[in-house]
Amino acid sequence: MSAKRYQPGDHLTPLTKPPVTKIQLVKYSGASGDFNPIHTVEEFAKEAGLGGVIAHGMLTMGFVAQMLTDEIGEAGDLLSFGVRFVDMVRPGDIITCDGVVQEVKEEEGYQVVTCDVWAQKSPGDVRVVQGTATFRIPLA
Amino acid sequence: MELADFERLRGVWSKPVKNEVEKGAIRKFADAIGDPNPLYRDEERAAESRFGRLVAPPTFSRTFDYGVIPGLEMPTEGLIHGEMAYTYHKPILAGDVLYASFALTDVKERAGKLGRMILLVFTYKVENEAGDLVQEAKSTVIYRPEGGRAQ
Repeated sequence: MSAKRYQPGDHLTPLTKPPVTKIQLVKYSGASGDFNPIHTVEEFAKEAGLGGVIAHGMLTMGFVAQMLTDEIGEAGDLLSFGVRFVDMVRPGDIITCDGVVQEVKEEEGYQVVTCDVWAQKSPGDVRVVQGTATFRIPLA
Repeated sequence: MELADFERLRGVWSKPVKNEVEKGAIRKFADAIGDPNPLYRDEERAAESRFGRLVAPPTFSRTFDYGVIPGLEMPTEGLIHGEMAYTYHKPILAGDVLYASFALTDVKERAGKLGRMILLVFTYKVENEAGDLVQEAKSTVIYRPEGGRAQ
């Protein structure tokens, strides 16, 4: 159980993923049921003016979700999580997820933590996903 | 479909569809993301946790069948996923029997730099067999009738 007390300004533990691969996009298409060919068929993506296949925005959101559930641990609960999809992710991109605590409240034995979260191609680089999440972790 | 066609469908919910949460589907979804969390695949470990069963990742409800909004024909090109936001009420666990539905809850037209855009806001609802709300999600999809990239 986490004994950590969060403060506004604290960073979450960042998560850097292995490079996105084309196989991963095929796997995510199958697992999610999103078979839009812009994620898997090179010719189709080029014809659509994308210059090649792009990752599902929801895959990148899944990376940020992984960072959050790693941070929260088994005793905590994710209460809300939302993102804006800002820029495209392509095979070969190395995505790092990060977050900063904005607000901490205590409620009924929990600390309720609201944070800004995002994903970017490298630290300091443009954010591909930007959002907020609220989670709770038992105080005890 | 054009703006007026989408507006006509605003607030019309799909008939809820029964979705059974399968452990293989959870594992495949977590594998695709590359998330090694044992709660998604190690049944013994999950049994010892407060959940008692394998847990679904936070964006797993993406895999559900939400049914059909009568008359809604989504274009296959010119769509961009703009935003996605979840509100979690209860965890989703392997073996759960859930009922999923969705509606087009907002429609707006905007003039963007790259041409005309129609913003479609879909609200997704997941309930359990007792009728309790398990999860809600709001997805904003940007549609460019004159074409454009998708995500």
